[in-house]
Amino acid sequence: MERRGFLKKCFSFIVSGSVVGGFLRRASARTEGYDPSKHYYGMGIQIEKCIGCGRCVEACKEENDVPKEPFFFRTWVERYVIKKDSEVSVQNIDTRIERTVEPAIEKDVLRSFFVPKLCNQCENPPCVQVCPVGATFKTKDGVILVDENRCIGCRYCIQACPYGARYLHPEKETADKCTFCYHRITRGLLPACVEVCPTQARVFGDVRSSASPLARFRRMNKLHVLKPFLNTEPKVSYSGLDGEVR
Amino acid sequence: MKKLLQRIPDALLRILVVFAVIVGSILSIRYIIPAPLKDAQVHIKSTVDREMSRAIRYAGSDVCASCHDEYNIKKGGYHRNLSCETCHGAAKEHTENPTETKPRLSRMREFCSGCHTYNPSRPTGFPQINPVAHNPLKPCVVCHNPHDPKPPRVPQECQACHAEIARTKSVSPHVLLECTTCHNVPQGHKLAPRVTRATIPSERKFCGKCHDSDSNVKDTPKIDLATHGEKYLCWQCHYPHMPEVE
Repeated sequence: MERRGFLKKCFSFIVSGSVVGGFLRRASARTEGYDPSKHYYGMGIQIEKCIGCGRCVEACKEENDVPKEPFFFRTWVERYVIKKDSEVSVQNIDTRIERTVEPAIEKDVLRSFFVPKLCNQCENPPCVQVCPVGATFKTKDGVILVDENRCIGCRYCIQACPYGARYLHPEKETADKCTFCYHRITRGLLPACVEVCPTQARVFGDVRSSASPLARFRRMNKLHVLKPFLNTEPKVSYSGLDGEVR
Repeated sequence: MKKLLQRIPDALLRILVVFAVIVGSILSIRYIIPAPLKDAQVHIKSTVDREMSRAIRYAGSDVCASCHDEYNIKKGGYHRNLSCETCHGAAKEHTENPTETKPRLSRMREFCSGCHTYNPSRPTGFPQINPVAHNPLKPCVVCHNPHDPKPPRVPQECQACHAEIARTKSVSPHVLLECTTCHNVPQGHKLAPRVTRATIPSERKFCGKCHDSDSNVKDTPKIDLATHGEKYLCWQCHYPHMPEVE
């Protein structure tokens, strides 16, 4: 073969190959009507509205197949009781027991309130950094997901999360966590916990939107996040958060 | 077979082995190792797709309105901000197959008391009862329509306006006292509540009628008015409507 002919063929191969490759990649990037780059999700929680009924916890377990035992949670509610001698006690609301007990009239209570908690979907997620196999990552719309096929169940991320938001799923044996109900929000529905909250203590929306319940929440309230000194930059913000909340 | 191998020059055989190893490893990288393990973009996309395709259990309350009239009754009542599925449970299956699967119906007292049992951590003024004292064993739905919950009798007198105080007082030790025992309510207060005000006890002696150590009233906590509380009026420290009053 002549040298000129060889070079010509090489050149045409590279050009046509890259054109075909480009088409293939564009075709694979197209999804059904949902564009993640147009969204950036966040949540607001109004402590002063939470009644600690635990409907959010139940709904989350129902929607996401979280085991029913009271130590596996994607979202949970803590009850803080601060006594007059400034002793702080924190209880996790057990939805199964709470329904049957008599009213808890306690003495020496200085103040008391409920704090709903869930994955903060951090801007700088420590759990993503430590994963040795890259099974957990941040999506374009700001949600931290876990690939259950790649996760090896080593629990590094469970240790690394400063909010205790992850647990090891006992059947799948992989790390599991709140996804903001990713399958719901990408179809225009609210996360299950927000949907069922009877007092609208939870507000969900797009942090970039200019007019939405979340935008209003963020404009009208004095906000705080959990453990701001860790620079994780949570996307779940709280109003009425007490200094004793850890 | 052995002869054939002997006839091939040694050098060529070695080259063939090296070639086979190279081709083998290329093929295994390309076809045996799954794509999500090699390319982060493919891995992320496959996880996102898997999360997005998960089944929805909670349908969202907009769907209910298309068939159920109760939705319109609920719109005007105190439960207007509750999602239908807060009480009726996940109902996506019911929306797809309305005749065969029915959402749950909770007529049990325990279900309502999950939100409405008195708990000092709940926000002040949230409607709460003491289930032991409040018509024990009687199902809530006998007196309260859950789609338009209100007291069975129209609130008269003070609690028509001061409902929050009436509700906290109803679970406090002062439940048996009339408002007018402590407050003097001039007729004008009902016509122009901000112009003519009801009175509040302005003397320590007033509370002392029941709570001074000299008092004859039985079963009340007693203190010595002369030494207790210095210059302050009683209600500046003890909020008499609250159940935790001490």
